[in-house]
Amino acid sequence: MARMKGATVVDTERCKGCNLCVVACPLDVLALTTKEVNRKGYNFAHEVLADTCTGCASCATVCPDGCITVYRLKTE
Amino acid sequence: MTREEIIEKGQVVYHKPTLLNDTPMHYCPGCSHGVVHKLVSEVIEEMGMTDKTIAISPVGCAVFAYKYIDVDWQEAAHGRAPALASATKRLWPDRLVFTYQGDGDLACIGTAETIHALNRAENITIIFINNAIYGMTGGQMAPTTLLGMKTATCPYGREVSLHGYPLKITEIAATLDGTCYVTRQAVHTVAAINRAKRAIRKAFEYSMQGKGSNLVEIVSTCNSGWKMSPEKANKWMEENMFEFYHLEDLKDTGADK
Amino acid sequence: MADQEITLMKGNEAIAHAAIRCGCDGYFGYPITPQSEVLETLAAEKPWETTGMVVLQAESEVSSINMVYGGASTGKRVMTSSSSPGVSLMQEGISYMAGAELPALIVDVMRGGPGLGTIQPSQSDYFQACKGGGHGDYHLIVLAPASVQEMADFVDLAFTLAFRYRNPAMILADGAIGQMMEKVVLPPFKPRRTEEEIIKECPWATTGRVGGRKPNIITSLELRSEEMEVINLRIQAKYREIEEKEVRFEEFMLDDADYAIVAFGSAARIAKKSIEIARSQGIKVGLLRPITLWPFPTKEVQKLAGQVKGILSLEINAGQMVEDIRLAVEGRVPVRHFGRLGGIIPDPDEVVEALKRSF
Repeated sequence: MARMKGATVVDTERCKGCNLCVVACPLDVLALTTKEVNRKGYNFAHEVLADTCTGCASCATVCPDGCITVYRLKTE
Repeated sequence: MTREEIIEKGQVVYHKPTLLNDTPMHYCPGCSHGVVHKLVSEVIEEMGMTDKTIAISPVGCAVFAYKYIDVDWQEAAHGRAPALASATKRLWPDRLVFTYQGDGDLACIGTAETIHALNRAENITIIFINNAIYGMTGGQMAPTTLLGMKTATCPYGREVSLHGYPLKITEIAATLDGTCYVTRQAVHTVAAINRAKRAIRKAFEYSMQGKGSNLVEIVSTCNSGWKMSPEKANKWMEENMFEFYHLEDLKDTGADK
Repeated sequence: MADQEITLMKGNEAIAHAAIRCGCDGYFGYPITPQSEVLETLAAEKPWETTGMVVLQAESEVSSINMVYGGASTGKRVMTSSSSPGVSLMQEGISYMAGAELPALIVDVMRGGPGLGTIQPSQSDYFQACKGGGHGDYHLIVLAPASVQEMADFVDLAFTLAFRYRNPAMILADGAIGQMMEKVVLPPFKPRRTEEEIIKECPWATTGRVGGRKPNIITSLELRSEEMEVINLRIQAKYREIEEKEVRFEEFMLDDADYAIVAFGSAARIAKKSIEIARSQGIKVGLLRPITLWPFPTKEVQKLAGQVKGILSLEINAGQMVEDIRLAVEGRVPVRHFGRLGGIIPDPDEVVEALKRSF
C-alpha cells in the first residue's frame, strides 16, 4: 500500500525554540534540543522520530519564523 | 527509506515563502506576527503581485515589517497607515495596497484614520493584529485589552470604572457602508492558519477588483506581554479571547458588488 | 495666448488653479478658515476629469498630511493646504516627511494665534515654519508670497525645489494674501508626469517593485545611533547646500537708504507704502523682502548692516523674524521690531512712526 514518508529540515540558526512546531506535530516527530543551543542561545527544533514523519507540514505551517522545510515522498 | 532519500527524491511540500527574506525577524519566539507575515507573503506571491504591491507598516511591533517582506514599504507614523494607504491607492489604482497594524495603532491612536479610510470605501486591505496589548512598549493596556486582563498599566486587571470597555472595532467596521469584507481570524492552528490565508487572499482580491475596503482582524497572542509560553498563550487565547472576539466573517458583500 | 490671460481671483483660488496647471497629482486637505477656497476651488474645477489629479477631503489635518506622506512616498507631486491651527496638527507628519526625505508642498495661510486665536491674517507662524515646528533637526524650504501672482507662481517653484532636494516645501502666506483678489496671470498648463517618468525620476519611490528591482523603503526610523547620525549629517549637508543655492529676496529702494525695513508677505506690501511716506518726509528708507524665509537671506542682511544706521523688522506678529535679522547683524547696527497682533494689519503711517521712534 502506498504510504507517505516525510522529512523536515529545520533552519536551526533561524529557530527561536518557541516549541509551537513540537505541539503542532500529530506524530511527535519533533522536539526541542535539551542541551544544545544555536548561536542566539535558543534550544532548537529537531527530528527525534524521523521515521514516523508523513510530511503533513503542520510543523512548518505553524512555525512563525518559517524555519522548517518539509519534503514528502510516496512509497510503495 | 532514509531521511536523505526523501529529501533528495521527494517533493517540497512546505518552505518559507520566497518573498519573506532571510533577515531574522525581531519578533519574540512564538509570536503570531511571524505566521501572518508568512501568509501575507504567500498571498502576494500567489497572486503574482510582487512587483505591484505597496505596503504600509505601523508603529508597534510590526514597525519593521519592511525588513522582512520583500515588497515596497512605507513606514507610517503611529495610527496613520490608512491615510497613507488611501492616498497611495488613489494615486496608483492598479497597485495592491495594504496596511499592517496592531491594536494600539489601529484601534486607539489611529481610530479616525481607520474608520474614515474604511468608510470612504478605499480599495485597500487593513491587516489588523489584535493581541489585546501594547507589545513593543512592553505590555501596556490596549483598547482591546479584555476586562480583568492584567497589563503593565492595569496591573490589577482592566476595570470598567477605571478603563472603560474593550473596543470591538471590527464590529464597528462591519457596520460601515464602505467596507466590503470584514472578518476575524486567528493563526493558532493549522486549520485556522489556512482559513486566515484564504481570508487575506479574498480581501486582497476584493481590493484589486475595486469592491471597497477590507479588514482582516487576526486575533493573536503576545506571549511575552501576556507572560506565558507560546503554547499556553494559544490556549489562553482560545479560552478567553475567542469568547469576546468571535472568529467569523462579519461581513462579505464581495459577491453582490 | 489663452494661457496668458489676466484673471482676477483670490490668492487661495490662485493656489488651486496653479496646482492643476503645474502637473500636481494629488491634493489632500481639510477645511479651515481662511484657506478653505483652495479645496473648494479644486472641488469645483474637478481636475480628476481633466488632468487626472486626485482631490480628497480628509477627516482631519492629521490625516491630510499623512495622505501627503503616502502620496509623496510614491514620487507623485502631492500637496495640502491649511491655516495655523491645522498646520500645528500636521507637524508630526511634516517631521516624518523631512526625516524620510520626501518632496511635497504644504500651504499655510496663516491666521492669528495662539490656540484657536482668530481667523484674521497674521504672520505668527514664522517660528513654526522656519525653525522646525515638529520634532527633530530639520528644515522646510519656506516661500513667502506677497501677492496673488506669487501665490500662483510659487506652487510650481515649491514643487521644483522640493523634488530637487527631496525635502518638503512650504508656501507661508497669510489670510490677507489668501483672501485678497488681485489680477493674476496663471502659469501655462504642464502635463502630469506619466508613471514611467515618475519611476525613472524617483528611483527611491515606493511604486511597486517594477521590473523586479529591489524593494524601496520609505522610513524615518533607524534605531542604530551611529547610522542615525550619518543620516542626520547627510540631511544637514543638504540644508547647507540649500542655504548656499536657494536664497531668494527682493530689494526695494535700498541703494541710498539710511534705514532698512525687512518684511515678508503682506507686511512687505505695507512697508512699500510706508517707505513712500517716509521718503516724502525726507527719511531715506528701503526694503529687503525675504522671499525664502528658510533659507533666510542672511548674507543680504549682513550687507545691509554695513550700509544702514538701523533695521526695522516689520512683521504681523510679536517679533519672530527679528531674531534671524539680529543673528545676521551681530550687533553692528540697532535692530528693532514693529508688529500688530491678534489679526490686526499694521497701518503704513504707524510703521513710519515706529521707524522714527526706533532710531
